[in-house]
Amino acid sequence: MIKIRKPGFFTTVQDTGRTGYRDNGVPVSGAMDMFSAVLANRLLDNRDKAAVLEIAMTGPVLEFSEPTHIVMTGAAMHADVNGTAIPHNRVVKIKPGDILSFGKVEKGIRTYIGVKGGIKTKKVLHSRSYFVPVTESGRVAVEQTMEYSAFEGDIENLIEIKIDNDFLFEQEVRVYPGPEFGLLSAEDQDRLEQGSFTVSAQNNRMAYQLEERLSPNEFGIITSATLPGTVQLTPSGKLIVLMRDCQTTGGYPRILQFSERSISVLAQKRAGEEIKLNILR
Amino acid sequence: MGEKAILVEWPERIDETVLEDVLRFRHIIREKYGNACELVPAYHSLLVIFRKLSDTDKEIKILRSLYPERKHKSLKRRLWYIPVCYEAGFGLDTDTLISEKGLTAETLISLHTGAEYTVYAIGFLPGFMYLGGLDPGLYAPRREEPRLKVPKGAVGIGGKQTGIYPQESPGGWNIIGNSPIPLFDVSAKKPCRIRVGDKVKFFPVRKAEYDLIAIETATGVYKIKKEEWHD
Repeated sequence: MIKIRKPGFFTTVQDTGRTGYRDNGVPVSGAMDMFSAVLANRLLDNRDKAAVLEIAMTGPVLEFSEPTHIVMTGAAMHADVNGTAIPHNRVVKIKPGDILSFGKVEKGIRTYIGVKGGIKTKKVLHSRSYFVPVTESGRVAVEQTMEYSAFEGDIENLIEIKIDNDFLFEQEVRVYPGPEFGLLSAEDQDRLEQGSFTVSAQNNRMAYQLEERLSPNEFGIITSATLPGTVQLTPSGKLIVLMRDCQTTGGYPRILQFSERSISVLAQKRAGEEIKLNILR
Repeated sequence: MGEKAILVEWPERIDETVLEDVLRFRHIIREKYGNACELVPAYHSLLVIFRKLSDTDKEIKILRSLYPERKHKSLKRRLWYIPVCYEAGFGLDTDTLISEKGLTAETLISLHTGAEYTVYAIGFLPGFMYLGGLDPGLYAPRREEPRLKVPKGAVGIGGKQTGIYPQESPGGWNIIGNSPIPLFDVSAKKPCRIRVGDKVKFFPVRKAEYDLIAIETATGVYKIKKEEWHD
């Protein structure tokens, strides 16, 4: 098992999400940067939907009690096993008693730790993704333990895999016009296309607000479905990008829809960073 | 809508016949696609979220060709009877609301329990139903300052709609009572038994009865009263 010696700033268990219950109002959840979570699993030859740890800003301290392999993907965060630095995107062998600690984050904010075979916390509604009140806990806690299956084999980097994840740390995000894009004035459409947008301090697993605003408006819509990556426009002109834990319906116009990859890009941005929207028409 | 979903929209009206058409179409898509897609109906729209969607134009064509089949579908209809305690400790905004509207507590209760509501959408929170059909005498704007904590089970009025908070949550609706029935239960096979398109009626219970129902639901003894029919 993994024992949480220190929980870190905001560490959660995530998989590819809780699908099939959105018509019950249950958010899909899952890894914010799905690209990096799935990459971790593929490097370990796990199924894509195996559960991983999502670590934000300040990492936890983890103790492993069985042999296994792990891999670190996502934000460029320093990490070491028993004091020896470990690389990114490379499988690392773990012995019983090994302690994984994290240091400074250089680029991005969310790092993923994949474990051979996946983390085996309890499934709720077919998923291990943390989301209160569906799951009891919303983040890992000190002294908490989580199971995984011991792995004695050897999958250590047999071939050198070159991973290109630079796109995660770029400014550009690719978006599609949303169902209500057409409500926007030509001027606001231009502003979206030409301007840059700053991630506000109001950002979490539910939504990222952007600081720059469009014109105030009175476009209410009848409540309708939303998705992770949907950009809502509030009456005051504020832009809200819904993220993995977002509600399943909303009453604000959906002016843009992020591409799957761009949700991962935004998930690696912190308050004050800028993004540029590439609107694919 | 994005890379994996197709949004189907009907004329922009809050209208039961529109919702029924949405639900009939949902039925057809469910039969055709099974678990290959997830469906989120609400008021006048249906979001079809595919597990894999490589050719959007082709799927749109298929959806268009399926649409006429909905006419032959009969819908299973259900009416749920939900107990609500309107007594003082639960009706956090009852006094303000009745003094603004010039009503008595009794008329508020009889207006709220008199109507048969339609579930137009489930969203905002797991198990939160948007119920249409509120008596216009009870329309009330959301509170200017939303509460940080609305208690679990709180029954509220927001604009022209009413609903129940399935969990403790922040919220701006005017709270007039509380229901002991859990609307969202992750330990159940179907965490939310009431579905979009179902009907809901409230009936008043005293505090003692409320407490009893709360115990009965916790032990699994309480059965929500419901009627079912096909149209």
